[in-house]
Amino acid sequence: MSEQQADAAIDITDVVCPITFVKVKVALEDLADGQTLSVHLNDGEPIQNVPRSLKDEGHKVTSVHKNDDGTYELVVVKGGLNA
Amino acid sequence: MAVDYKALKATGMMRMKQKDCISMRLKSVGGHFTAAQLRAIEQVADKYGHGYVHLTSRQGIEIPYIHVQDIEAVKADLAKGGVENGVCGPRVRTITACQGAATCPSGLIDTVKLANEFDKRFGGRELPHKFKFGFTGCHNNCLKAEENDMGIKGGVKPSWQPDNCTYCGLCEAVCPEQAIKVDAAAQQVTLDEAKCVYCGKCIKSCPTDSWTGENGCVISFGGLYGNHIAIGRHTLPLIVNEEKVYDVAEATLQFFAANAKPSERFRACLERVGWDKLEKALEGVV
Repeated sequence: MSEQQADAAIDITDVVCPITFVKVKVALEDLADGQTLSVHLNDGEPIQNVPRSLKDEGHKVTSVHKNDDGTYELVVVKGGLNA
Repeated sequence: MAVDYKALKATGMMRMKQKDCISMRLKSVGGHFTAAQLRAIEQVADKYGHGYVHLTSRQGIEIPYIHVQDIEAVKADLAKGGVENGVCGPRVRTITACQGAATCPSGLIDTVKLANEFDKRFGGRELPHKFKFGFTGCHNNCLKAEENDMGIKGGVKPSWQPDNCTYCGLCEAVCPEQAIKVDAAAQQVTLDEAKCVYCGKCIKSCPTDSWTGENGCVISFGGLYGNHIAIGRHTLPLIVNEEKVYDVAEATLQFFAANAKPSERFRACLERVGWDKLEKALEGVV
């Protein structure tokens, strides 16, 4: 699933941990279970920590794409691990 | 009669600048002290010391300003509170540990249990020079395993199974060593085991639990952090069997005792006789 097809998108490349995950959580709150969010994030701490926190809270990452500039595009399904 | 400070040092009585005073080192394993022990220490520090303690760099406690004449009385008071004296000099020294898997969400091994078992088996053993063991529960390395003569770090050996894998590529993205390659088109995931540092990030992040693993110990040898600084080296694969960890430690101490010159640290000994010699000595053990 590409970024364009996600139900919402968020860019967290301008913040650092723990605000990265806070912004993702806030964005997910606006969605219903089963809807998708595209997350634009940096390499390093964000890619190490944000997906793990998503898993802990029951959201399912379905695709990870590495961009040429070293950032990532990640698609997550809200509540996807509880289904 | 002259005070034999060398003999005192062996039992953790550290000579101070101040005449006839020692700083009394107390026994610590993994930095745990019970409330009852702390109460006994508090009373001694007030009665015989200067009303304070010093927390050492290796998770221990020292009570400064104990007069040499009071040593026996202080030891008796401390013993009533379940407090023993520490050690210094050429022997196995205080064993350090993070809180580990018993309480820490990141912990992969029970560092406190292991540290106590090590203390039972090896604590205080006489050697050519000091020898330090340190335990850290995971790859975050809060307890700095590699600065010890032998460091033990919790790790997890990952393995992948295809059943639920969606080939999303997250494991490849989170792997700090670029050891994982995901080929979604070919539906293949490969792990370069030589690159894996057993951190378990692939397992923790995998949305479908396609990565699982077995926890164990990653051991480093020859760390130093004093006059000379050297980082301990990893020469063995992850060890899952707990008994084998004790066997490796026993064989390592025996190697050190047999090969080091007096007052030669383990690292210097390894550099002189060759790392391959230790590897050979441990071959039969692991």
